[in-house]
Amino acid sequence: MKMKYYSEAHEWIMIKDNEATIGISEYAAEELGDITYVELPIEEDDVTVGDTIGVIESVKAASDVYSPIGGTVTEVNAELEDNPGLINESAEKEGWICKLANIDVAEIGDMMTPDAYVKYLKSLD
Amino acid sequence: MKLIFEKGKKGRRGSSLPKMDVPTKNAVPEKFKRKQAANLPEVSEQDVVRHYTLLSRKNMGVDTNFYPLGSCTMKYNPKVNERVASLPGFTELHPLLPQLRRGGALTQGALEVIYETQRLLCELLGFSDCTVQPLAGAHGELTGVMLMAAYHKGRKDHARKVLLIPDAAHGTNPASAMVGGFITQTVASDDNGNVDIEDLKSHLGPDTAGLMLTCPNTLGLFDPNIEEICELVHKAGGLNYCDGANQNAVMGRVTPGTIGFDVMHVNIHKSFSTPHGGGGPGSGPVLVGECLVPYLPVSRVQKRDDGTYTLRYHCADSIGYIAPFYGNFGIILRAYAYMLTLGREGLKRVGENAVLSANYMRVKLAPYFDQQVDRPCMHECVLSATPQAKKGVHALDIAKALIDRGFHPPTMYFPLIVPEALMIEPTETESKETLDEFIEALIEIVNLVDTDPESIIACPLTTPIKRLDETLAARKPNLADV
Amino acid sequence: MPYIANTKEDQQAMFETIGCTDFADMWRKSQVVVPEPALANIPEGMSEFEVISKLRQLASKNATELHTFLGAGYYDHIIPAAVSEISSRSEFYTAYTPYQPEASQGTLQAIYEYQSMICRLTGMPVSNASLYDGGTALFEAMMLAIRSTRRRQVVVSEAVSPIFREMLYAYSSNLNIELIQIPSGVDDSSQKALLDAVSDRTACVIVQYPNFFGTIEAWEKFNEKVHAKKALSVCSTYPISLALLTPPGELGFDIVTAEGQSLGNSLNFGGPYLGIMAVTTKLMRKMPGRVCGRTVDSEDKDGFVLTLQTREQHIRRESAMSNICSNESLCALNALVYMSCIGKEGFIQLAELCASKAAYARELLLAIDGVEAVGGEAFFNEFVIQLPCDAAEVVGKLIDKGFAAGFPLGRYYPDRKNQLLVALTEKRTKEEIKSLATALEAVL
Repeated sequence: MKMKYYSEAHEWIMIKDNEATIGISEYAAEELGDITYVELPIEEDDVTVGDTIGVIESVKAASDVYSPIGGTVTEVNAELEDNPGLINESAEKEGWICKLANIDVAEIGDMMTPDAYVKYLKSLD
Repeated sequence: MKLIFEKGKKGRRGSSLPKMDVPTKNAVPEKFKRKQAANLPEVSEQDVVRHYTLLSRKNMGVDTNFYPLGSCTMKYNPKVNERVASLPGFTELHPLLPQLRRGGALTQGALEVIYETQRLLCELLGFSDCTVQPLAGAHGELTGVMLMAAYHKGRKDHARKVLLIPDAAHGTNPASAMVGGFITQTVASDDNGNVDIEDLKSHLGPDTAGLMLTCPNTLGLFDPNIEEICELVHKAGGLNYCDGANQNAVMGRVTPGTIGFDVMHVNIHKSFSTPHGGGGPGSGPVLVGECLVPYLPVSRVQKRDDGTYTLRYHCADSIGYIAPFYGNFGIILRAYAYMLTLGREGLKRVGENAVLSANYMRVKLAPYFDQQVDRPCMHECVLSATPQAKKGVHALDIAKALIDRGFHPPTMYFPLIVPEALMIEPTETESKETLDEFIEALIEIVNLVDTDPESIIACPLTTPIKRLDETLAARKPNLADV
Repeated sequence: MPYIANTKEDQQAMFETIGCTDFADMWRKSQVVVPEPALANIPEGMSEFEVISKLRQLASKNATELHTFLGAGYYDHIIPAAVSEISSRSEFYTAYTPYQPEASQGTLQAIYEYQSMICRLTGMPVSNASLYDGGTALFEAMMLAIRSTRRRQVVVSEAVSPIFREMLYAYSSNLNIELIQIPSGVDDSSQKALLDAVSDRTACVIVQYPNFFGTIEAWEKFNEKVHAKKALSVCSTYPISLALLTPPGELGFDIVTAEGQSLGNSLNFGGPYLGIMAVTTKLMRKMPGRVCGRTVDSEDKDGFVLTLQTREQHIRRESAMSNICSNESLCALNALVYMSCIGKEGFIQLAELCASKAAYARELLLAIDGVEAVGGEAFFNEFVIQLPCDAAEVVGKLIDKGFAAGFPLGRYYPDRKNQLLVALTEKRTKEEIKSLATALEAVL
């Protein structure tokens, strides 16, 4: 079963079979503007909640990506190296950043469900 | 315009070299030799001169245009400075000469320039000692924070790891603090653009290494509580660092060393009239109060009782060598000439006239823009183009429209705490007529925002190139033609 | 003269506009209330004529008529007249950092050409727009390696300029970096010992090419071994030597730095100089300093712009790649015009002159009784000789005879007290070399 959650820092996490896929939300991608570079995490690295796992850059800004959950990086989206604009085009599908294994679902804690995130975005306006 | 590499022809030469007067035989073994010659241009001297002369004409500089780039102090660069800096007695001097026995006697003129420049800076800024070694403003910052680290280390006060930096600070401050081994914490500004004293107090403690304060601050304001702030930090056991990037505002009026600062750097290429050079070389001397003198970098120029100068290489507590020699000597020399030319009275005129010009700008332009803080400014005024932005014309567009009107734009989008910021620093060397022309141009642009915004968004139209695709540049970097 | 344009009348009009009566009133209203300094010890201003006279007089106290064989990383090369003519064009020198590309294409294209020239010279794919000097560039290279490998140990050869090593030490002192120095011979940088010191905690190995003693070494296999341990290899080089030598990019170095003074910049008693840095493509986005890129404008026309700015302090603040926020633009311009003038053939001819004169000088000096060779199988324009007595003393005696005979190594290498590092450039004539030999023989 797939479960999707969002953080206040506009990351999303999709959990399926004890594996997590992480990316940034469409809202965040739009806010950043044209993304020029994505610094990806390193495969096999162990991360804990809140660790910086990557950096997303536009022409005039750089935003750290924080891991919403702990685990081991099993795969990174290498396509972003050549085509960082993929995040602008499809932030929550093809523009995923990395996958983690060895996760503890309890760490999801108070992350938001998709509905809650939409409400959160409205509260930001 | 073509690159220099795309010009010329095989076998064409642009220089002549001395004849080979010894046997052509060297000690570079074949196995170490490069297989292909470095692919340098093959052009005549005239090709070179025409190419770069044409390139130079694609630049705006202080000598060609009014250049009110806030926080950069683009004042006039006096030509006498260039003249003295090109004297062969200085340009041809090898920096290792004083390290040779009896070599010091052959560099007395240069050592005197360094010693006297340091002395004049101490007098002008109110400090005990100075080093002209730092090679740029940011390098001065790093040197300054290294001195602070050495001070706490010297007192075995190892807990002092935190440097406090106001939110309005230039990004270089936190970056320098990190390279110097510190952790940074941000102090808030209050509604008047001053340091929020309550917030400062809440950060002070046994881990406080010091406060790094730009004075006057990046909003172009002088913090009236400055002495109280410095005292609070001292009481907490910290040191006060003055980022002197904006010293031009208070040149001759405020001596930071006497109002509570322990260490400061000044940007020679700003306040002391040396050229910005298209981005450098700069120079960022650091001044210190008595408590930091032992830690100054080596080597240090000293004056002997007989009036001669010497270099001291060993000082037990020194932070060591932060530059290969004695700083950007050629730049220091220009600053020395500047201080000699202005003298006491001239230096006093600098700050007051810079502030007068900025306030004149501010008052004339205030009706057309938002102002974060409505109070007299120092050497620069910060306007916010939010009224224009609401109509779809941003600070960037206004900047480009100024280029078309023959002015270099002000600094945009800084300080970060002001939305749509335009930061204007006219400097004391520009005339009222020039200021008036600029003011008129800006008002004309603002009026067009209402009547014909498209004409502003289309700017610049008169430049060699139009607006560039910066996303492409960053996504697929093309950094060299090889 | 304070270079202030406004007359009393102008000032009065401006005071009226801003609602102040005079400067004192203005300061009060701007809340500058601290006491006004007297500045009693600053002299009265001088006229232009007097300033020039004073500085001419100071300049005349400095010796520039010495026959100089002093190098040690800073060399007395010919500078074509066109170099200073171009860099003294005030459209270049009175501009600032090219933040507004439409108004700065001159500076930007020059930086792009400079970066290209450095890549062509070093054989590396990426160069930045320059750093302060060779020493700070080496420190930045070390920090780049540390960031990139996430390791904090650095192995550095003692055959790297001691001037640079002193700086590495000063900067590292607060940064929790373990610097390991490996003693070195003249003829080889103790490559085996360097490799032995590399561990899985090593970020990089730093060497010099040619080394501080002037010796040229083979580095390809060495670099392979460094890479096998997942560390980076850094070399500091001498740009003029690269006219003849295999470029470091072909030897497998990851980061190449250099003091670029020898490319068209005067010795200037220590600065301003030129810090060169070139890196592999992989390290591009972690490289410090400004960098200029080529792109297109809205009409598809080629243009140049500062790029990859997200590495820099004005965006990243405390997580920036470095605190550097300038480059030595004008010195880089000097280097660019210099290389353009000297040109492809001239550059080789120039290097041949330096190398041949060095070989000739060494032969002559070694023929003197009591002078012996130290290494010297493979060198470019600088070599070490052993004297029968303290080299510093000998140099002192030769200064009186009008020679800066070289750099006595004892200052930085206590066990090399009698050794002298001698440098030759194309400027030294056969006659000067012969008279140095005669003078040296006379003082021994």
